Amino acid sequence: MRLASSLNPAAAQHGFLSPTGVEIAFLLVGLVTFGAALVTVTTRQLVHAALWLVVALGGLAVEYLLLTAEFIAWVQVLIYVGSVVVLLLFGLMLTKAPIGRSPDADSGNRWAALTVAVAAAVALVWVVVDAFRATWIDLDGPPAGTTRVTGESLFRHWVLPFEALSVLLLAALVGAIVLSRKATADADASGPTAGPTAGAAAGPGATSGPKATADTPVARPGEKEGAR
Amino acid sequence: MNDALDVALRLLVVFVVFLTFPLIVGQTEHKVMAHMQGRLGPMYAGGFHGWAQLIADGVKFAQKEDVVPAGADRRVFQLAPAVALLPYLLVLLAIPIGPSEGAVGQVLDAGVFFVLAVMGVGVLGSLMAGWASANKFSLLGGLRTAAQLLAYELPMLLAAASVAMAAGTVSLPGILHAFHWWWVPWQIVGAVVFFVAGLAELQRPPFDMPVADSEIIFGAYTEYTGLRFALFLLSEYAGIVVLCGLTTVLFLGGWHGPWGADGLGWVWTLLKAAILAFVVIWLRVTYPRLREDQLQKLSWTLLVPLSLAQIALTGIVKVVIS
Repeated sequence: MRLASSLNPAAAQHGFLSPTGVEIAFLLVGLVTFGAALVTVTTRQLVHAALWLVVALGGLAVEYLLLTAEFIAWVQVLIYVGSVVVLLLFGLMLTKAPIGRSPDADSGNRWAALTVAVAAAVALVWVVVDAFRATWIDLDGPPAGTTRVTGESLFRHWVLPFEALSVLLLAALVGAIVLSRKATADADASGPTAGPTAGAAAGPGATSGPKATADTPVARPGEKEGAR
Repeated sequence: MNDALDVALRLLVVFVVFLTFPLIVGQTEHKVMAHMQGRLGPMYAGGFHGWAQLIADGVKFAQKEDVVPAGADRRVFQLAPAVALLPYLLVLLAIPIGPSEGAVGQVLDAGVFFVLAVMGVGVLGSLMAGWASANKFSLLGGLRTAAQLLAYELPMLLAAASVAMAAGTVSLPGILHAFHWWWVPWQIVGAVVFFVAGLAELQRPPFDMPVADSEIIFGAYTEYTGLRFALFLLSEYAGIVVLCGLTTVLFLGGWHGPWGADGLGWVWTLLKAAILAFVVIWLRVTYPRLREDQLQKLSWTLLVPLSLAQIALTGIVKVVIS
C-alpha cells in the first residue's frame, strides 16, 4: 500500500517523498493513528483503551482512503469500528468496566510484548516491501482500489486463498459454538449459577440477569465473527 | 473557485436537510400518533395545529441545565451525543434523491458499504453514553444496544448485499440506474429484512428494548439532560430519515416512478421515503415491545436465514437472466 502511494502519478511528478498535500495529510493522519495506538496500550482506563482503539482503526481507514483504496477503507470501518470494537465494549461492560483507573490493568510482560510487536512490525514491513518491490501499477486502467478492481483481483487471481480463509473462519465459528456449548454444559452440571459474569454486570437489575444468561450472548459474537 | 463553491453548496444543502427533515418526521410522529390514539396532539404552539411544538421543545431543551453526574466519566459522557449524531449527517451525503449529478451530496464508488459502515459507528455513541453515565440502568441500556447491534447488523448487510449483487455495483446511484420495476417483487424479502433490521438498529419500537422506559428508565440516555439529550433524540429522528431514504434507494427504486421521470424524480424519492417514515411511526403505535430474548431470536432464527435465502434467490435469477 505504501508503495502504491509512492508510485501514483502525483508522487511520480514530484519525486519520492516530496511534500504534496496528500502526503502531508497521510503523514499527519499516520501520526495521529500511531499516537492513538500508543495510548490504547498504555492507558490504565480499560474502556478508554477501547475508545482510543476506535481512533486508531478509524485513522487507518483514513489512510486507506488517502491511498485511494476506498473499498478497503469502508470495510475497515464496517468490520473493525462497527463490529469488533462494539464486541470489545460489550465484553468489557459484561464483565467489569470501572470508571477511572484500574491499577491492575498492567502487565509484567510489557518488554516481551514490545519485542514481539517490533519484531512483527519489522517482519511485516520487510515482507510487504520485498513482495511488491517489482510490482508495476497500471495507471491507464480504472484506479486501483476501487470496488471493481478489488473484486476482480480478489475473485480472479486470489480466489483460492480467499476460499481457504473462509473455510478457516468457518472452522473458527464451529469451534466457538462447541466451546461455548461445552462451557454451558459444565456450568449446568456444577450448579444453577450459569452466568456469574452476566449476573454481576446486571447487578440489582435482577430481571435481566436470567434473560442475559439464557440468551447465551457468549456464543453470538463467535457466530458473528465466523459468518464474516 | 467554482469547485469550492459547488462543494460548499452541496454541504449546505445536506446540512439543511439534516436539520429540517428529522424535525418534520418528529412533528408528523406527534400528529400521527395522536390521531391513531384518538386525541389531538400538540395544538397551541405556533397557532396552526401546533406546528411550532418541536421548536418550542428545542428552546426548552436549550434552556435546561447541562448536568454531568459526579461519578461519570466527564469527557466520554460529553462526547457521546456527537458520536451518536454525526454519522447520520455523513450518511445523508451519499443518498441520491434524483438521477442528475446535482441530486446527491457525493457520489461514492462503494456507497452501500459507506452508509452501512458509518451507520454502525453511530451506535458507539449509545455505548459510550451507557458506560460513562455511571448508572446501572444506563449500563444495562448500553449492553442491550450492543447486543442488538451485533444481532441486526448481519441481516442488514446481507440484504443490502443482495441488491448490490442484482445491480452489479455497490454505488447507490449505480444501483438506481440499473433498477427495473420487477426488482421490487424480486427483492421484497430483502427489503423487509433490511427495514426491520434498520428499525432495530435505530432502537425504534417495537425494538426499543435498550431504552425500555418501563424497565430501565431510558437506557443509555437516563442521565442526560438539556441539549445533549435533545441531540440523542435528534439522532433517532435523523436515523429514521436515513433508514427510509436508504430503503427507498436500495429496494423501492428511488427516483423511478410510473411517470414524470425527467425532473420530478426527487419527488418520487421523497414520497416513498415519507410513506416509509409513516410506517415507522405506525409500527411504534401499534406493536408492543419485543422482549430481549425475542429480539435476539427474531434476528438469528428468522432474519438471517431469510436474507441468506434472498441472496440465493438473487444469485439464481441473476445467473438465469444473464
